[in-house]
Amino acid sequence: MLSAFLASAVEMVEALTIVLAMGVTRGWRAALAGAGAATLALAAIVAVLGPALTVIPIEALRLVVGALLLVFGLQWLRKAILRASGWRALRDEDAVYARRAAEARGAQHELRAGLDWYGFTISFKGVLLEGLEVAFIVLTFGSTQGSIPLAAAGAAAAVVLVVVAGIVVHGPLSRVPENALAFAVGVMLTTFGTFWGAEGAGVDWPGDDASLPGVLGFVLLVSLTFVTALRRRRRLAPA
Amino acid sequence: MKRFATFWWDFVVGDDWRVAAGIVVAIGLTALLATTSIPAWWLLPLAVAAVLWTSLKRAAG
Repeated sequence: MLSAFLASAVEMVEALTIVLAMGVTRGWRAALAGAGAATLALAAIVAVLGPALTVIPIEALRLVVGALLLVFGLQWLRKAILRASGWRALRDEDAVYARRAAEARGAQHELRAGLDWYGFTISFKGVLLEGLEVAFIVLTFGSTQGSIPLAAAGAAAAVVLVVVAGIVVHGPLSRVPENALAFAVGVMLTTFGTFWGAEGAGVDWPGDDASLPGVLGFVLLVSLTFVTALRRRRRLAPA
Repeated sequence: MKRFATFWWDFVVGDDWRVAAGIVVAIGLTALLATTSIPAWWLLPLAVAAVLWTSLKRAAG
């Protein structure tokens, strides 16, 4: 549930920036309609695929889910480590907002179904694409732990929190420590991916589930060591 | 069709395809080792660390 919550928080901060830019420049009706339609599409994906995953035998499910979570988790972790060590620029929500808003101001107005089509489609795509990773995490964590509704509730709680924060701040959430959240999500996805992937491959973990904190500690330690090593490498690199 | 395939490739595989390939190989080797009498639990965590470091080093020039 925590993994789904954190992943959802990161993705929704990014989606909020897009919806805000569309709302302010193109009108709130189209922006909110696009965001709402995308949320419904994501809920439908989880509702349709969730029950389908429960019929797959648990060993096969853990192998496939473990491998996918590992690949996904390492994508998150790789990006977060490169950003934390200065090899990649941190995401700047204010800059993304300004760029999106400038593009939106220059785009043509076209009405479809009574909505500004540009505002609707950009909001829809933004929320759908950012939310797809969250839907994937909800499905994989939920199916292997036997509770998709709980994982979905974690993701939904983050959506509510981010939307409320967006209304309060009345702008992009540039002060959210996005990279720290992404780092935590990467560590968790990699940990569970390693654990389930190995189990699915036929491994017996010493102490069964009790070894999970050990895997978490190992992944965290390795990741922090890599951040330190890459920072040192950055300092020594020629300017 | 090409855009659809590219989207899913980017979504699942991401920036470095070697990471995904490394994970598939590591899980395969783990499965092989698990069929022997040697404990296999240590292999995947070490392989994950090696795959991640190799990819990071490549990205950091």
